[in-house]
Amino acid sequence: MGTTFLTAVRGRSGRLLHAAAAALTTPLLPADYLALFDPLLGGRWPAGRVESVRPETAEATTLVIRPGRGWGGFRAGQYVPVGVDIDGVLHWRTYSLSSAPGRPGEPFALTVKALPDGLVSGRLAQDTGPGTVLRLGPAQGDFTLPEPLPERTLFLTAGIGLTPVMSMLRALARRQGGRNASAGDVVLVHSAPDRAATVFGRELRVLSRRMPWLRVHLHHTRTSGRRLTPQRLSAVCPDWRERQTWTCGPGPMLDALRQHWHEQGPAVERRLHLERFRPALPAAASGAGAEDGLIRFQRTGVDVPAGAGVPLLRAGEAAGVAMPSGCRMGICFGCVASLVQGRVRDLRTGEITGEPGTLVQTCVCTAVGTVAVDL
Amino acid sequence: MSVQTIPRPAPEAASPGPASYGPASEEARARAFGEALDLLRQEVIAERGREDARYIHTLIALQRGLECGGRAALAISLLPPAWPAGTAMLTTAKILENMELGHNILHGQWDWMRDPAINSATWEWDFPTPAEAWKHTHNVIHHTFTNVVGKDRDLGYTILRMSPDQPWRPAYLAQPLYAALIAPVFEWAIALYDLEVDAVATGRKSPRALLRDLGALGRKAVRQAAKDYLLFPLLSGPSALPCLLGNLTANTVRNLWAHTVIFCGHFPEGAQSFTEERIEGESRGQWYVRQAQGSANIEGGTVLHILTGNLSHQIEHHLFPDLPSNRYAQIAPRVRALCEEHGIPYTTGPLLRQYTSVWSRILRLALP
Ligand code: FES
Repeated sequence: MGTTFLTAVRGRSGRLLHAAAAALTTPLLPADYLALFDPLLGGRWPAGRVESVRPETAEATTLVIRPGRGWGGFRAGQYVPVGVDIDGVLHWRTYSLSSAPGRPGEPFALTVKALPDGLVSGRLAQDTGPGTVLRLGPAQGDFTLPEPLPERTLFLTAGIGLTPVMSMLRALARRQGGRNASAGDVVLVHSAPDRAATVFGRELRVLSRRMPWLRVHLHHTRTSGRRLTPQRLSAVCPDWRERQTWTCGPGPMLDALRQHWHEQGPAVERRLHLERFRPALPAAASGAGAEDGLIRFQRTGVDVPAGAGVPLLRAGEAAGVAMPSGCRMGICFGCVASLVQGRVRDLRTGEITGEPGTLVQTCVCTAVGTVAVDL
Repeated sequence: MSVQTIPRPAPEAASPGPASYGPASEEARARAFGEALDLLRQEVIAERGREDARYIHTLIALQRGLECGGRAALAISLLPPAWPAGTAMLTTAKILENMELGHNILHGQWDWMRDPAINSATWEWDFPTPAEAWKHTHNVIHHTFTNVVGKDRDLGYTILRMSPDQPWRPAYLAQPLYAALIAPVFEWAIALYDLEVDAVATGRKSPRALLRDLGALGRKAVRQAAKDYLLFPLLSGPSALPCLLGNLTANTVRNLWAHTVIFCGHFPEGAQSFTEERIEGESRGQWYVRQAQGSANIEGGTVLHILTGNLSHQIEHHLFPDLPSNRYAQIAPRVRALCEEHGIPYTTGPLLRQYTSVWSRILRLALP
């Protein structure tokens, strides 16, 4: 009681002090000045510093990151936008956190797999040493465990899709103190090419030995020469229909699982929780050329066919979306919107860009194939 | 990175003497000019990278350092050397903040870095006009309708007659007086001007929108004024009065400087104004031509360019308002060469000459 009161007073006087300092730095914040000394001090644009780097497999790496001020923590299973400076440009990508949530300010872990031509994933997984500063967005996503925990849980993962589930398992292990069986009954079925390519393989074996509530089944596709099919799932986890299931992995796998659960009827389907690393977009209208696609206005919930050479601004306006605009010719930046997915062509230069989070000028950019914008 | 050569324009466009053009070849000339500029723009965009990012980060650090230094010195400005040192630092900080940072970041020049901390959508400046309001009147209206009589409100800021195409009214007789009076309080004049009260009268802006903008301006202006004229002086204890005077000086000098640079950008001899008919169905090439003809540069060294926020390269800025400011100096010789090649005047001169030229225009156009 006493400490709560003290914290409240400290919190209150801290806020007053901050408001007073902000009156002196207006229109900036005191944090903007502090960030000059160390980006981790500037709470307005949170950042973290890589403390250590640990290889998991030949392609996947875990980065342990100490977050600076202003970063709000996360729940097990969530992902976080990370801004990586490459040649002066911050490239933003989201990655699932693999560590269990700790106390505020405690380091957390990201596990990143280098994609074949992934500019950012390659840089993070292979080329980022301790001391590197990364920018952080707020953790997000609702691929998390409910409270209270379900009695029976199934985790169904493949490849790097294990990351968010690893965070949940670690959180459960920490919470249960390792001995208490009230985490319910948890089965993890994880598919990876072979033993060497299994992320967290050793830790999973240790966990399953120590935690009575956890059963781990590792499926190695390359060694066994077989994919993990629904039939095989029934063999390792016969009661899968009754379990709350969390699954994360490649898109085709998720599609197949969803179909399979769907066929069991709504009661079973409701128990399936999916996490996609990329949101699914509807395919282009049939019969359309390769360049044709769709513009999805995410917030408005409107889909418009992407006419060749038609600026996003005009396509949106024609569909009744409230589009911000100004000069309508690419000079005022009054029309920018954040790209959620897909690629756009700048009509002035022909340049094609397509990174999630890029701000695009909708008046001079046209969709290349299917895109989603945050409008 | 390699510098690619700009292809020469079509031969007809390179032949001398604008007088020899009919409307058709005029259009061909504009097109060739525009295409060459588009190539130049692409070249700079392809090269943009780490060095440019370092430039803006350095400038931000320098500006914030100068501001802290200036504030600290003015807090003890009862001690004789502290006052001039503090005032000089704060003045420089305010000039950099206003021109090289605020103006250019709000143009989206640094949005390509995808850093929310240095982005036109999030930046707010140390100036009474809220960034949102400014982006509308400046980036949209002024940059789209540069020097078009009846469209570009910056052409005389609704109170001055800066083009012979503006009809004369007796009130203009006093314009040398009020042009001089607004210079030291330029930031407040701009803040009022950005409210677009005149647009309410013509129906282009609703009274409701005016009230909303007035509220936004009021909130921001109070904070701005309180900081410089109340809080910092109070914190300075015995140095309150010199601190207040230092802050007043810094703001006034910044205003005089901004006024000078901005007036030299569009109003010296040689910078043209245009009629509304001229921009009907304007092509991209013609738009470029108008931007070049309606703007004027100031010659000088690197320090002058930085202190003007590179608006000394007003022509380059108006051709490419969203290219990073540190690139204007680099492309200026090539823009100038292209202008010469295509028979488009390139107005430039040293600061004093441009400034004198602006004032002679103000005086001349005060009369019918
Ligand atoms: S509307 Fe002005 S840049 Fe797009």
